[in-house]
Amino acid sequence: MALTIKEVEYVAKLARLQLNEDEKQIFAEQLSSILKYVEKLNELPTDGVEPLAHILPVYNVFRADEIRPGTPREEILANAPLVEDGQYKVPKIM
Amino acid sequence: MELHQLTIHELQELLSRKETSALEITQSIFTRIHAVDDQVRAFITLTEEEALANAREIDKQGEYGRIAGIPLGVKDIFCTRGVKTTCASRILENFVPTYDSTAAGRLFAEKGILAGKLNMDEFAMGSSTEQSAFFPTCNPWNLSRVPGGSSGGSAAAVAADEVPFALGTDTGGSIRQPASFCGVVGLKPTYGRVSRWGVIAYASSLDQVGTFAKDVRDCALVMNIISGKDPLDSTCVDLPVPDYSASLDGNVKGMKIAYPREYFQPGIDSHVQDAIKKALLKYEEMGAVVDEVSLPHSEYALPAYYLVATAEASANLARYDGVRYGLRDFEAANVIDMFSRSRAEGFGAEVKRRIMLGSYALSSGYYDAYYLKALKVRRLIADDFSKVFANFDLIVSPTAPTVAFNIGEQIGDPLTLYMNDILTVPINMAGLPAMSIPCGFHEGMPVGMQLIGPAFGESTLFKAAFAFEQNTDFHTFRPALEVK
Amino acid sequence: MSKDYEVVIGLEVHAELKTESKIFCSCSTAFGAEPNTQVCPVCSGFPGMLPVLNEKAVECAIKTGLALRCEVAEYCKFDRKNYFYPDLPKAYQISQYDLPICIGGYLDIDVEGEKTRVGITRAHLEEDAGKLVHQGDITTTPFSLVDLNRSGVPLLEIVSEPDMRSALQARAYMEKLRSILLFADVSDCKMEEGSLRCDANVSVRPWGQQELGTRAEIKNLNSFRALERAIEYEAKRQMEALEDGELIVQETRTWDEGKGVTRSMRSKEEAHDYRYFPEPDLPPLHIDQDWIDTVRKSMPEMPDQAGQRLMDQYGLSLYDADLITQSPQILKFFDETLALYADAKAVSNWMMGDLTRLLNQNGMEIQDAKVKPALLAEMLQLMADGTISGKMAKTVFEEMFVSGQDPQTIIKEKGLVQISDTDSLLPLIDEIINSNPKVLQDYKNGKEKAFGFFIGQIMKATKGQANPEMVNNLLKERLNRE
Repeated sequence: MALTIKEVEYVAKLARLQLNEDEKQIFAEQLSSILKYVEKLNELPTDGVEPLAHILPVYNVFRADEIRPGTPREEILANAPLVEDGQYKVPKIM
Repeated sequence: MELHQLTIHELQELLSRKETSALEITQSIFTRIHAVDDQVRAFITLTEEEALANAREIDKQGEYGRIAGIPLGVKDIFCTRGVKTTCASRILENFVPTYDSTAAGRLFAEKGILAGKLNMDEFAMGSSTEQSAFFPTCNPWNLSRVPGGSSGGSAAAVAADEVPFALGTDTGGSIRQPASFCGVVGLKPTYGRVSRWGVIAYASSLDQVGTFAKDVRDCALVMNIISGKDPLDSTCVDLPVPDYSASLDGNVKGMKIAYPREYFQPGIDSHVQDAIKKALLKYEEMGAVVDEVSLPHSEYALPAYYLVATAEASANLARYDGVRYGLRDFEAANVIDMFSRSRAEGFGAEVKRRIMLGSYALSSGYYDAYYLKALKVRRLIADDFSKVFANFDLIVSPTAPTVAFNIGEQIGDPLTLYMNDILTVPINMAGLPAMSIPCGFHEGMPVGMQLIGPAFGESTLFKAAFAFEQNTDFHTFRPALEVK
Repeated sequence: MSKDYEVVIGLEVHAELKTESKIFCSCSTAFGAEPNTQVCPVCSGFPGMLPVLNEKAVECAIKTGLALRCEVAEYCKFDRKNYFYPDLPKAYQISQYDLPICIGGYLDIDVEGEKTRVGITRAHLEEDAGKLVHQGDITTTPFSLVDLNRSGVPLLEIVSEPDMRSALQARAYMEKLRSILLFADVSDCKMEEGSLRCDANVSVRPWGQQELGTRAEIKNLNSFRALERAIEYEAKRQMEALEDGELIVQETRTWDEGKGVTRSMRSKEEAHDYRYFPEPDLPPLHIDQDWIDTVRKSMPEMPDQAGQRLMDQYGLSLYDADLITQSPQILKFFDETLALYADAKAVSNWMMGDLTRLLNQNGMEIQDAKVKPALLAEMLQLMADGTISGKMAKTVFEEMFVSGQDPQTIIKEKGLVQISDTDSLLPLIDEIINSNPKVLQDYKNGKEKAFGFFIGQIMKATKGQANPEMVNNLLKERLNRE
């Protein structure tokens, strides 16, 4: 299944990846060829097959409701690109 | 022999007999690194000063054993407290974690000495380490060839005697394939055997932490240290860890070994196939029973993998948005542009491809046809293996379809590169343990044999691998590197 | 509402669960801390981090499910809800999509005598996002600040069926849901702190039409009053739009409390494609009957049962019973007071009247009040004895609320003892009558007002402390002797 430029733009938007026109073209081609390969799966009938989402037969993994000290603020903010008043500063939303 | 050429157990011998010290070993390691890493380029970051200080401290304490006083390398996907952890990506170029990953932390708690962070394909997405944002690593056996990927730096460093052992991760073959290309031992344990906490996530249901070593004995030793329940990782199981070293008895009499016909198709290099077939004969000589089997859904594992892994990756990599850490585009006028531009600048092409593929596979209208379909195929693949393991102890196959290829040869076409994982990916899809050990050479390049076990059957792998080692000498060969 | 249209309302409520630590990490959930001081790499979405589920959050969800008569799922799991926003550190929220922990259920409301059963579609667990702080309005602010203290706090999202037909019903639903959650002790339900949040889905349709109209989702409802006003406004807006021949757009709207209107929040962005998929980092949940039974046994009386008990045992009205069962603390106060002074109506009146007024004025919860059940009981006893009048009691109560002192002490200090002995009152009455001969004449001539004048003068002379009933009787008697 060939991916159109419009579809590439949609997916890039979903994934918050800004692409230039050349990239859109190249990715459209590459992703189309990968999707074509992946469509091989349609050869395989899978009606009634239970999807395998969790590989381990494990359930109910819990922790007790106890407070542990978190990370001190200066430490957790140490890698932040921009900080103000102990908070992460970001440009406007709209 | 020089100290840097020795295995962990050989070094421990010397330490226990006070014939060497942690400092001497560490110095030998760094001398070696400085002599060859310009050519191999296995390391992104070296922690020489801290390592030497660490070694001196350990010598002062004077207690050795296991990995105390032994230097190690760690794939730059493992968060190391206070040490830059980049995942070979520009988006984390300057990220310094305030925490140690559990697996690496356990090694440090045992007084293993961190020598540095090892190169990889960006975000573990790749099979050649050519997709590191910084530079490619070179195969020590032939510097114009790839070491494999994504844990190429780890494999190369061990092969080049830069460190006695290293940690890596394996999502679709990223430990086994480079181990095969570099002629070292590489183990990917059962999913859930080792904690993933602090390991930068690529595909959550497939990622697993594992080890590179010069021989099986070293590998078993390290695995015993890093394996076991971690309360911080819900997918790390609460099962007792057997003493893997106890499996190293060299006895495979009566072991039932299967080889899947689908792994010996024409697409696999004939010389590689020959080396494995010879190895199987060796196993028969040793008293094992060898038989052909079928894993009928094998050819669907790779396409299913590229849907499941990329879907999970698209979500795991969404946190790199420039808000709390990592690269941020400061020119962006608003937050959405900030996200889109930071990620565009910070991620390499392969990462972008996989994120988009994964987003597409999960997107409205396509979820059933792609992602859900892949999860159903995953069930079929896992069932294939279960059926075989009902009657067999071990599955043997080649690890990779070829020996190491030339740098630059496959990078032009994503699909070609993906094909390198064709023999390793099904094992991740089934969550099983598998090891690659050296079993031959072709064109002067190592050939790796893949041993696959049932879930939590690492002991069987160690048993079989050790027996092979005891009866061959492939693991004793080392690449001839020009020393600067 | 309208004669032509019917309004249909469904409510989506998020309740912050009352756990000590967050849902997937061990950071504290306490309200009001300095920004980014209750965080760790897990709830801040750092590389390599993994979630581990807080068992107490699951227990709270089971309790709520039982309280709302839901089916607690035997098997449920978590899913990732993917979208980008600065206050969402992983750029996905761990939630539950297709297999939530509770399904089906209902709660009963009573509005002006009309009973309605509102269905509950589902309830599921999810993690809260952090907080975004703007300079001014979100549409004009040049930058925002992100505080992740709230990120990872456990939420239970409770979705109702679109069974409500008026703003009053919606409000009654919220009040009942709130009291259920308080009685089940799963949340402290403080809308002003954000531990109880509500979005309303509002649509209208012509009377008799089966099909639902297009709905708008109303956000930013910070109080029950806002909920009521917003629904009324939105219903009217939609009806007028339809009358004008306009189509209703399915969209999100925000309630502007200041202007009293809802405004569209639609930006040029398309609707989110959340790309839900099963959370691989969390094993699924198996909740067996044993666990459910254990939780069920540990559950206290729910508000409806308690209210019924109050009506049956003490003859209280539904209205009063509802008010007293608003929270377990209020009920407890009532029960404890009643144990010391057995007049349910009197206790109820004082609690719903002066006590509630003073609590609201001071923004306090009943459990924080200085006036305790024993004090109220004592005061009521003093009233019954005739030691103080009803009017004086009000003064005593106000003082009790402020100081927490017992009524006896207050009465003594303020000299508030009611004068109820004839020996004190009779001479006074005589004096008042004798000093007002003209008024006496007016009374004899049949002027009723004169009587009131005498009462007033007597009360004034005694600084309001004369027992009014007694004064009334004594005065009448005395005047009749004239």
